[in-house]
Amino acid sequence: MHAQLRGAVRELCAGFPDAYWRDLDSRREYPDAFVKALTKAGYLAALIPEEYGGSGLTVADASVILEEINRQGGNAAACHAQMYIMGTLLRHGSADQKRAYLPKIAAGELRLQAFGVSEPTTGSDTTQLQTTAIRTGDRYVVNGQKIWMSRAEHSDLMLLIARTTPADQVKKRTEGLSVLLVDMRQAIGHGLTIRPIRTMMNHSTTEVFFNDLEVPVANLIGEEGKGFRYLIDGLNAERILIAAECVGDGRWFVERATKYANERVVFGRPIGQNQGIQFPIARAHVAVEAADLMRWRAAALFDAGKPCGAEANMAKLLAADASWEAANMAVQTYGGFGFAEEYDIERKFRETKLYQVAPLSTNLILAYIGEHVLGLPRSY
Amino acid sequence: MKIAVCVKRVPDTETRIKIGVDGKSIDEAGVKFILNPYDEFAVEEALRLKEKAGNGEVVVYALGSDASQETIRTTLAMGADRGVLLKTDTPSADPLPAARALAAELKSGAYDLILFGKFAIDDYHQAVGPMVAELLDLPCVTAIGHLEVNGGSAVAEREVEGGIEVVELSLPAVLSADKGLNEPRYPALKGIMAAKKKPLEVKAVTLDAGGVTLLELALPPARKEGRIVGEGPDAVTALIQALRSEAKAI
Repeated sequence: MHAQLRGAVRELCAGFPDAYWRDLDSRREYPDAFVKALTKAGYLAALIPEEYGGSGLTVADASVILEEINRQGGNAAACHAQMYIMGTLLRHGSADQKRAYLPKIAAGELRLQAFGVSEPTTGSDTTQLQTTAIRTGDRYVVNGQKIWMSRAEHSDLMLLIARTTPADQVKKRTEGLSVLLVDMRQAIGHGLTIRPIRTMMNHSTTEVFFNDLEVPVANLIGEEGKGFRYLIDGLNAERILIAAECVGDGRWFVERATKYANERVVFGRPIGQNQGIQFPIARAHVAVEAADLMRWRAAALFDAGKPCGAEANMAKLLAADASWEAANMAVQTYGGFGFAEEYDIERKFRETKLYQVAPLSTNLILAYIGEHVLGLPRSY
Repeated sequence: MKIAVCVKRVPDTETRIKIGVDGKSIDEAGVKFILNPYDEFAVEEALRLKEKAGNGEVVVYALGSDASQETIRTTLAMGADRGVLLKTDTPSADPLPAARALAAELKSGAYDLILFGKFAIDDYHQAVGPMVAELLDLPCVTAIGHLEVNGGSAVAEREVEGGIEVVELSLPAVLSADKGLNEPRYPALKGIMAAKKKPLEVKAVTLDAGGVTLLELALPPARKEGRIVGEGPDAVTALIQALRSEAKAI
């Protein structure tokens, strides 16, 4: 199954070669054609159950799809969230909501690939977020601001986490937050403003402003006030999928560097014959393969319905570190050509750097391991 | 519309071929195999014809070892209805025994169309399709770039030197597909999932030896290292001289 999935995704990716991604990168444009092809072939509906029109694959299977996109030099980050953000709706949405949205998300008619969490002043400290949703009659009125909302301009729906009960009226700060489904097609110009943020790589991230945006109460996901828990329980799947993308990146860097080191002749022999070049490539390979083992371990636990918080976090950390080290190694192997756009190393280098910071910072993984796995005092 | 498509598992064009120790087969270790690209056009055309007709069946046949099951699954993932593997571990270098085995199997299938790729990219014979047509006494058009089916007849176009040849034929018929016939679809995720559950029948066949024996496989001679004849405009004369007298290319 995995071999066949890889083969099929590879075939699709072959239609979107290096030059395609390079060109988009130079213009900072969204990979519309690629995402359309991927959607049409059903890959982004991999995790949606068959009864809602998806394929009901496991997280392990789905992770192979994202890994292979990055392995072929593409950038799954442009659309990976269409695969997993719907998980919050699937697990906590009402039967009506699921019937209304999931089949359309599965068919690609509706894009749900934006989740408003981070805010300019609170960052990873999610429970301190300032955006409010105040219930008035059958509507919530939303005010506030989100930042680093990826793909907001390329999504029809957004999940939004906002405070519905003021922090001083709840027992724990994790309470009083709620998840709302915002239909951006109607909201833009009626209290919702999206502003793109230009970044060092092609990532379509934005800041989003809410100014008296009205959201029907029917769009509340699950129970009011329990949004933080809904947010948290989607994170393990996300971490495993992102770890797989990092593994894909890492393998791409190792493959490119190996090929270049074999072909590039300096001082009368291939540079790969020099241990100073060869060993960093070998070391990068070892790190990527080791991270991959943790990714499969976490995926197996997740798909068996067992706790996997530690493993999913460790997989994400190891894989992101491995892909970043592989990226450094590749630039070094290529020398000056590593900086030249036409070799694609610098593009992937910028893209894989993101995994050190998003969707969550490496430091927060270490804090989680320290506190929850090892029993050390909470450090933040 | 009932359509048979005959496909072959072939080494990927990008793979580096190594010759086996016997000197007459390919060392398969580390070689990536794919569905013959011309057969992919044939499968796509069959699927489109079935979709257009609104009913029918697309059956995919392969002749080869068990490994060809994977090739058939690829076509099932594209949308073919079922597959048949004519299993043999001793392929013949002569296309005729292969054509005989396929014809014997296809004979009773009551197919409106039997499609092939115009040739397999491993042996370039271009022979099995026309041979099957001959054995079944059916009309045959090779290397088609366009096809219109209207009930019991069809119009096919083939690219010939300097133009297009338009051919009318009656069904049933045997056709072989050229590049440009269509743009094959990507296997969709649902197709891959569904392919696992589609029937794939394996039938053992024995090929007779045929009249052709493969003696030896040899790799093309390694390309000689290039030579820089000079730099700048001054080198042009030297280059022309070399192309004329040494390479005899101009």
